[in-house]
Amino acid sequence: MGNMKLTLKIWRQADAKAKGAMVDYQVSDISEDMSFLEMLDVLNDRLVREGQEPIAFDHDCREGICGACSLFIDGRPHGPSRHITTCQLHMRKFKDGDVIHVEPWRAGAFPVIKDLVVDRGAFDRIQAAGGFVSVNTMGNLVDANAQPIPKLDSDKAFDAAACIGCGACVAACPNSSAMLFVAAKVSQYALLPQGRPEAKTRALNMVEQMDTEGFGNCTNIGACEIECPKDISLENIARLNREYLGAELSKE
Amino acid sequence: MSILDAKVPAGPIERKWSEHKDHIRLVNPANKRSIDIIVVGTGLAGASAAASLAEMGYNVKSFCYQDSSRRAHSIAAQGGINAAKNYPNDGDSVYRLFYDTLKGGDYRSREANTWRLAEVSASIIDQCVAQGVPFARDYGGLLDNRSFGGAQVSRTFYARGQTGQQLLLGAYSALMRQVGKGKVKMYDRHEMLDLVVVEGKARGIIARNLVTGELERHGAHAVLLCTGGYGNVFFLSTNAMGSNVTAAWKAHKRGAYMANPCYTQIHPTCIPVSGDHQSKLTLMSESLRNDGRIWVPKKLEDAKAIQEGKKKGSDIAEDDRDYYLERRYPSFGNLVPRDVASRAAKERCDAGFGVNRTGEAVYLDFASAIERYGKMEANVHHIDNPSPEKIRELGMKVVSEKYGNLFDMYENIVGENPYVHAMKIYPAVHYTMGGLWVDYNLQSTVPGMYVLGEANFSDHGANRLGASALMQGLADGYFILPYTIADYVASDIRTGPIKTDTAEFVEAEKSVRERIDKFFNTKGTEPVDHFHKRLGKVMWEKCGMARNAKGLQEGIEEIRRIRDDFWANVRVPGKPNELNQELEKAGRVADFLELGELMCKDALNRNESCGGHFREEYQTEEGEALRDDENFAYVAAWEWTGEPGKDVMHKEELKFEALKLSQRSYK
Amino acid sequence: MARQGLFGSSLIKKYWMALTGLFLISFLVAHAGINAMIFFNDGGVTFNEWAHFMGTNLIIRTMEIVLFAGLILHVVDGLMLWRQNRAARPVDYAFAKHNANSKWYSRSMGILGTLILLFLIIHLWHFWVPSRNIVGSLEPYGSDAAGRENLFALMIEVFSNPVVVIVYVLGCFSLFWHLLHGFKSAFQSLGLNHRKYNGFIAFCGAAFSIIVPVLFAAMPVSMYLGWIK
Repeated sequence: MGNMKLTLKIWRQADAKAKGAMVDYQVSDISEDMSFLEMLDVLNDRLVREGQEPIAFDHDCREGICGACSLFIDGRPHGPSRHITTCQLHMRKFKDGDVIHVEPWRAGAFPVIKDLVVDRGAFDRIQAAGGFVSVNTMGNLVDANAQPIPKLDSDKAFDAAACIGCGACVAACPNSSAMLFVAAKVSQYALLPQGRPEAKTRALNMVEQMDTEGFGNCTNIGACEIECPKDISLENIARLNREYLGAELSKE
Repeated sequence: MSILDAKVPAGPIERKWSEHKDHIRLVNPANKRSIDIIVVGTGLAGASAAASLAEMGYNVKSFCYQDSSRRAHSIAAQGGINAAKNYPNDGDSVYRLFYDTLKGGDYRSREANTWRLAEVSASIIDQCVAQGVPFARDYGGLLDNRSFGGAQVSRTFYARGQTGQQLLLGAYSALMRQVGKGKVKMYDRHEMLDLVVVEGKARGIIARNLVTGELERHGAHAVLLCTGGYGNVFFLSTNAMGSNVTAAWKAHKRGAYMANPCYTQIHPTCIPVSGDHQSKLTLMSESLRNDGRIWVPKKLEDAKAIQEGKKKGSDIAEDDRDYYLERRYPSFGNLVPRDVASRAAKERCDAGFGVNRTGEAVYLDFASAIERYGKMEANVHHIDNPSPEKIRELGMKVVSEKYGNLFDMYENIVGENPYVHAMKIYPAVHYTMGGLWVDYNLQSTVPGMYVLGEANFSDHGANRLGASALMQGLADGYFILPYTIADYVASDIRTGPIKTDTAEFVEAEKSVRERIDKFFNTKGTEPVDHFHKRLGKVMWEKCGMARNAKGLQEGIEEIRRIRDDFWANVRVPGKPNELNQELEKAGRVADFLELGELMCKDALNRNESCGGHFREEYQTEEGEALRDDENFAYVAAWEWTGEPGKDVMHKEELKFEALKLSQRSYK
Repeated sequence: MARQGLFGSSLIKKYWMALTGLFLISFLVAHAGINAMIFFNDGGVTFNEWAHFMGTNLIIRTMEIVLFAGLILHVVDGLMLWRQNRAARPVDYAFAKHNANSKWYSRSMGILGTLILLFLIIHLWHFWVPSRNIVGSLEPYGSDAAGRENLFALMIEVFSNPVVVIVYVLGCFSLFWHLLHGFKSAFQSLGLNHRKYNGFIAFCGAAFSIIVPVLFAAMPVSMYLGWIK
């Protein structure tokens, strides 16, 4: 067992309609080898034993790839470290006696469901609006190697495709803009020959859905790039700006 | 006991699948519109099946417990996906992939299924590339391959260390395209809590809306379970926290047989346990074994010193290191299959040679790879007489390009730089080869219920080779089920929509509700995790990497005690009609507590060692698994009879026509 | 609700912001260049000559209308962005470390813009309004040595008031911060982001944001201190 003592200030909200508030909790015996979520497990275990309601938070793979975990920790999405998700954040980043604020992602397009759990369905709807290549399942497609793709393009497409859809970009952005998320998807396909035929409609449709969902407008502040656990670059937003401009000017 | 008919088509193995496809019934496009199909789970198998079925014209309802279908745990697969493309021209073929997979599974899989898997593997790569999956490429712009355990060719396609993610997002994009078209209705944050069987056929499910707590009835002409594996029965595993057996277990209770539940894969390269708080284990991709060398000290006193923190790995001289995999298995070396590598690590650690505080870790060392790559890079860059530092620097760059994200992940979790200090790894529960029994068409023993991906007992026998799970999930979902299901639903084109107000739906919903009420009425004192951890410990100790009859019998007793204790003392706070994560966990753990017993029972029945199932009583003199083909060349499929632990076994005989059974050797 | 039309999508608003911003930047170049004529320190003769040209040339007068249109577009667009972006986060964080991931001036373009707008109103009242004979005129200031109307004399008078000088310097500060984000941002908005040139654009942006406001601020200061007569 460890020996860190911490004060947690955690957002509690019974359901979507309830008015929430920050509530203080003390935790002790926290080991520096624990992940942040394991620290919350310890707190929840105690709350259940004490007959209180445990804190609801989204999490699943706990290895930084599913994108389920969120949490605005100590004033930043996914906490103080760069390029990791909350589940990868370990308590050795904190000191004994620290006061840590824990809040849900804040955005009108991500309504709170309960405590620290928010609804990120908007991302799915944006994806459904155009985040795909229209190819049906078929066993007789052309051979995968029939069309070579320059390594640089393929690598850049991968960089964009690394997005885990966690929503940290929205949470970090003072405007609650989802541009980095949308740009990553648009970029991945825009960079690959397979995605080119639908590039214009994709950019137009995904942006339209993004706006419909009520996300804010991108003003190039750049907080998203810094807080993105997968290091998605602002270059992708510039690419979306280009793609969309071209699509808007040439649409019939 | 009965003998199960797998309905494997007749004919030579290489013609079975195409002949079968040519002769099963079809449903014409107009009639597909009157067929509803439920798909539970949105991993590789579920998402690919749902998307493909919707493209064909069926009406699909897709369910997942996550907040988005993009988060299913297939996303966490790191290393790669196998396909018999033979791009590197190293002699690969469908036969070789089939052979390696069957041998890797220790000859406990269904030959015809394994062949089919190898046969469709190449199409998967074509399909994914067409979807815009950014696989790794070489400088010529063509797809790159790497090698994985259990194979002597490079047939693994990959996307850095995130292959599962990229494949899943590809399938997810296909699924979302159908959602956008209205052909798939998506139900996320929904958990299947029962299967509804009407007149002997699967006709729907009861699902709980995890946000509102409402129980919903969903009817369909067929139900697909693509719900993944049950490794979380061990509490600590590389599975996602939410991965569970509930959907499969409910189906089991409604008549689906559970096959080979004891076949569990323990993955050799995971980050060792650091303390009691641990909630899950993190995998380090098998691809690391391409370049990392596994070793422990040769001398017991060195191991002791390391365990006590008096020495570090780097203090041990080269001659005092035991590269035990290279020593024991010279031809495959560090690339032996997972079960072999895991057992070898356990053997060394049990003998006292472990290299961390708990003595449960071995080194995975990149020092020689760094040096090798460094020298190569120095040559490429025409650096004459490079200094050792320069070589290290160049080599580290190469290693970082190949495995950088894994190294970063390791450093985050362990707090130690793996470029400087050799990584410490230990085996952990990773995958379950066992699962619901299915025939050649992937249909379970409940007509109309199909099982895909890790959830079925499948094609991997007693051990799965690396990079084969992704292959199987997508093969089932894209290229197998969409054909085979037509044969069944062809009879339903005039049935009309399934009504959900029938007695069967009412009864199923009632039983789900009663169980939920039971959790709240128990009013105990202990949180759910308390019981889950206890179960996990028993499973790991008695039904883990090595098993014996006495331990398994003890395990069954202990699990029963924990189960009784659970139902007497569990505390589920909150209310049923709200987002209640403790209630979700309680339901899953209650099912694990029943499954765990069946796993022990199955392990106890199988008086042989094969693949991931290692019975200490059955081993060769060198400590290798000793199969008993005479008596155990069968699939044990268990039928629920109303009480946990009272399952009755049925058999599917395994017949091998395409190749001969032989002792598995990687020496 | 989907947004349509001239200010349609979030991206079209972004393009307008960038285009009008770059247009206003180009105006700043002209404005600063011409005003810098006072540094000839020739009693405003050169400056007044240019001022006369700018005030009477037909093309320039037409461009003045375009300039105002651009300014209004920039302001209206900015206000819409500000309003929508505020609305996108109905409940704010109790505790946020914004400085850990972004620059304060990038987050404060609305406020900086408002300050500049307020300054601009004062500035227009001081010079543009009388020189276009809307309220008052340049007549009281007579003519300069070359016999032209004497805008220069008005400047000398306005900048004799220390409060005005301070307001102008603060206005230039706002402009500096606004440009420091805006210059770079306009390129990004138009999709002009390339690893090879980003450094150059950033350098130009920083240089421009410093040189132009410093030049502007030097005018009231040097007049107040009597360096320019």
